Amino acid sequence: MLLRHTPTEVAERKSLAINPAKTCQPIGAMYAALGIKGCLPHSHGSQGCCSYHRSTLTRHYKEPVSAATSSFTEGASVFGGQANLLQAINNIFTVYDPEVIAVHTTCLSETIGDDLKQIATKAIKEGKVPEGKTIIGAPTPSYVGSHVTGFSNMVKAMAQLAEETDKKNGKVNIIPGWVEPSDMEEIKRLAALIGVDITMFPDTSGVLNAPLTGEYNMFPDGGVTVEELKECGQATGTLALGEWCSADAARWLDAKRKVPCSVLDMPFGLAATDRFIDALRTVAGASIPDSITAERGQLVDLISDMHQYFYGKRVAIFGDPDQVISMCEFLRSIDMYPAYVVTGTPSKKFEKRIKAITADMPFEVKVKAKGDMFLLHQWMKNEPVDLIIGNTYGKYMARDEDTPFLRWGFPILDRQGHQYFPTVGYRGGLRLLEKILDLLLARKDRDAPQETFELVL
Amino acid sequence: MSIKPKLVQWEPTDLKEELLKKYPPKVARKRAKQIMINEATECGTPPEIVANVRTIPGIITMRGCTYAGCKGVIMGPTRDIVNITHGPIGCGFYSWLTRRNQTDPGTDGENYIPYCFSTDMQDQDIIFGGEKKLEAAIQEAYDLFHPKAICIFSTCPVGLIGDDVHAVARKMKEKFGDCNVFAFSCEGYKGVSQSAGHHIANNQVFTHLVGENKEPKEGKYKINLLGEYNIGGDGFEIDRLLQKCGITNIATFSGNSTYDQFASAQHADLSCVMCHRSINYVADMLETKYGIPWIKVNFIGAKSTAESLRNIAEYFGDPELVKRVEDVIAEEMPEIEAVMNDVKERTKGKTAMLFVGGSRAHHYNDLFAELGMKTISAGYEFGHRDDYEGRRVIPNIKIDADSRNIEELEITPSPDEFRARKTPEEYKALEDAGFKFRHYDGLNPDLDKGSIIIDDLNQYEAEKLVELLKPDLFCAGIKEKFSIQKLGVPMKQLHSYDSGGPYAGFKGAINFYEEIDRLVNSKVWSYMKAPWQENPELTATFVWE
Repeated sequence: MLLRHTPTEVAERKSLAINPAKTCQPIGAMYAALGIKGCLPHSHGSQGCCSYHRSTLTRHYKEPVSAATSSFTEGASVFGGQANLLQAINNIFTVYDPEVIAVHTTCLSETIGDDLKQIATKAIKEGKVPEGKTIIGAPTPSYVGSHVTGFSNMVKAMAQLAEETDKKNGKVNIIPGWVEPSDMEEIKRLAALIGVDITMFPDTSGVLNAPLTGEYNMFPDGGVTVEELKECGQATGTLALGEWCSADAARWLDAKRKVPCSVLDMPFGLAATDRFIDALRTVAGASIPDSITAERGQLVDLISDMHQYFYGKRVAIFGDPDQVISMCEFLRSIDMYPAYVVTGTPSKKFEKRIKAITADMPFEVKVKAKGDMFLLHQWMKNEPVDLIIGNTYGKYMARDEDTPFLRWGFPILDRQGHQYFPTVGYRGGLRLLEKILDLLLARKDRDAPQETFELVL
Repeated sequence: MSIKPKLVQWEPTDLKEELLKKYPPKVARKRAKQIMINEATECGTPPEIVANVRTIPGIITMRGCTYAGCKGVIMGPTRDIVNITHGPIGCGFYSWLTRRNQTDPGTDGENYIPYCFSTDMQDQDIIFGGEKKLEAAIQEAYDLFHPKAICIFSTCPVGLIGDDVHAVARKMKEKFGDCNVFAFSCEGYKGVSQSAGHHIANNQVFTHLVGENKEPKEGKYKINLLGEYNIGGDGFEIDRLLQKCGITNIATFSGNSTYDQFASAQHADLSCVMCHRSINYVADMLETKYGIPWIKVNFIGAKSTAESLRNIAEYFGDPELVKRVEDVIAEEMPEIEAVMNDVKERTKGKTAMLFVGGSRAHHYNDLFAELGMKTISAGYEFGHRDDYEGRRVIPNIKIDADSRNIEELEITPSPDEFRARKTPEEYKALEDAGFKFRHYDGLNPDLDKGSIIIDDLNQYEAEKLVELLKPDLFCAGIKEKFSIQKLGVPMKQLHSYDSGGPYAGFKGAINFYEEIDRLVNSKVWSYMKAPWQENPELTATFVWE
């Protein structure tokens, strides 16, 4: 037993988080910033933050993740980090020459109250920012929200590059939320098939799934350009995928740049993808090509083919609110039961949404926002499930409880391929179903007694 | 095989200039002192290197922070202590299982390594102070697990808002009576690298744990193994060898360690220091307080492992042990040599660069030498001058403001527990025979003259070095791995290995030879260019069947 000290009996905990289902804001900001073309993320804090975030992102994406840090020392922590950041900006533009520096704060710089805007202005005044280069900044205090909040805050800072304008360019902004580079690519493919001209931000496709060529570019071909961001105020509208990841940026564009927005669920699974495609078609005034309708039909076909294996299976799932909501809806649409649902991100709204999605189950879902994996594990010990869905850290519970485990979410540190194979859209749905079925049937094959072990399943 | 452009012979001084060319003048001046051309030969004093100084903001460093050194490196591998991170959730999350410290829960079955404990501070805790929450978290941990000890690790904001973690720890320790609770002021902004965190951790371990268990320990030849963290099972392999030789390892600091191991460390008769950087001062303190002398060992590489075992045997001076050690070496060597000789055919003459840790860049040099490979450039991420130039420079190291903030414990001999392990005559006889106590020459003497030694290497310099010197293998950490590999050069992660191990001891040497063989001879590096990139012109006529 790996988690041998986890008792079955659930006792209330108010102060001690054990095996968290979230991490802190800055890593989300760093990931989002990598989706800007030519951008070097910068962590304004101690160098350990930057090191931890780069390590985790690198282990997940198996790609270089460059980012700089203000390397706070004791002195900077007492007197403020302005001098460090000014020096960093100068060094970064001189040595690495990015188009953009995307600065995010940390619990350290937030606690001492450094003002990013003021420091950036000073840097420009002092000539530390070369002509045509950009600095953006997002406050990402680690003690508020979660990594999802940090992602959202940096995406909002990207939207705030949008210039005020009366012009319209007929494009649609799509904010994909914290999904894999492969997912972002898939969203672009779907939009292209429908014939909608989109600006997607952030866009990490091509950045965090870059080819191996024998050449290293610190800034790979990929990402939304600053020019595109400046023009996103000219869009017809914004589709924000995910209330937690993407809504803030979209609502800011709505309020300040008069770009109307619609906040949708992330397009995981049949129904959420239907809503996304339908919205895209409506916003753009385009008709859906037969090829997409056929893709949808294929997903429905697979659901029907596999239904017998999914029906009534109980699932424990942990992850981030936007992803988990869509996944729970998908699980319900294939007649599986999301029995236990946990996110580390604090939110009452999340619990309500999960309860609504699971209202038609024969038993009540156990759901907790600001929960942790320790609690999820205790629930499983009280009544087991057939499948666990979550990030790599779930493998310890999965092994202890001998339960099939689908790695899905962030971070995945021990399997590869997620950078290349999307799980959004209808095609992504096919992949999810294939993976789930593989897990369930591999278990059936493993456990079946000889006399009932069968060739055809 | 990939067609590599032939190496241009760079003069070391030109190379250094090339590395510094792009920097703003102030940065160039500072980096110039951290890049040295090795001239360590038999005669003459090598030039000084500047190490353990601040990283320059904005220059993409490999370094982490004090918390990472304290919680992540030193205390992380201890299995029966509940380690609670006091701070926002991130620090605890990132240091959760990522260093690949393998653990054997043993017969007592206590193992908290797969768990992450945090107070998950929220904004109201930052505003109103987090002491109450910390106290409640400690209570909850105690109620749930009843561990032998609970340790508290401070993250950046804790120091700023002034939570007195030590007072909370003292209060709770007193309240419980049967659980040792103590805290670490290891805020990330302290010091200049992980190294400060190692020191803060070790000081507290020495103060709160070492010596707690007064029960004598069984064993004829009792040692402590300091600075071995059981990454990828290194410590397991070293323990296997020690056991086979009949040597009792009282305490490993801190791979697969337990509360009781630390608490009993004073019962050992020799301290063996693996990672000089992270722990040499503990060896000194053990000697001063309890009279346990120390030697530097290296279990990375077959020859070094054999030499380290022989040194331990020589120290104890028992012919029975000396014979046993020789028997073990003789038994295990043939298999190692067979693999080494086989692999060497494909690795000899190849070049490597090593930029890891505070000792590993040195330790692994031996392994590469066994494969006939040459280390052409090396350096530490968080080493100090003595790790480069040897302990002889310690009295001359300038103590700057950042180092001064890290406490140095004042240790005096323990009135009841100090025990000289040998008579002055015995020590003298050993030393006269060439046996070296408290001795470490550092990395530099083991590198060729003209090698480039770089402290706190950064991403720009790494890329430049690879571009200019085209090594066959680069060794650093996970953050560096993929930018180097994009250049078509294989990269081995030598902090936590990422995959594989153990690489220590005899079995580890075999694993490492095979791993390096795989890396430098992988076919993948020959696939960088597509056929149409190699021959872009459409000249030939296509030939159909």
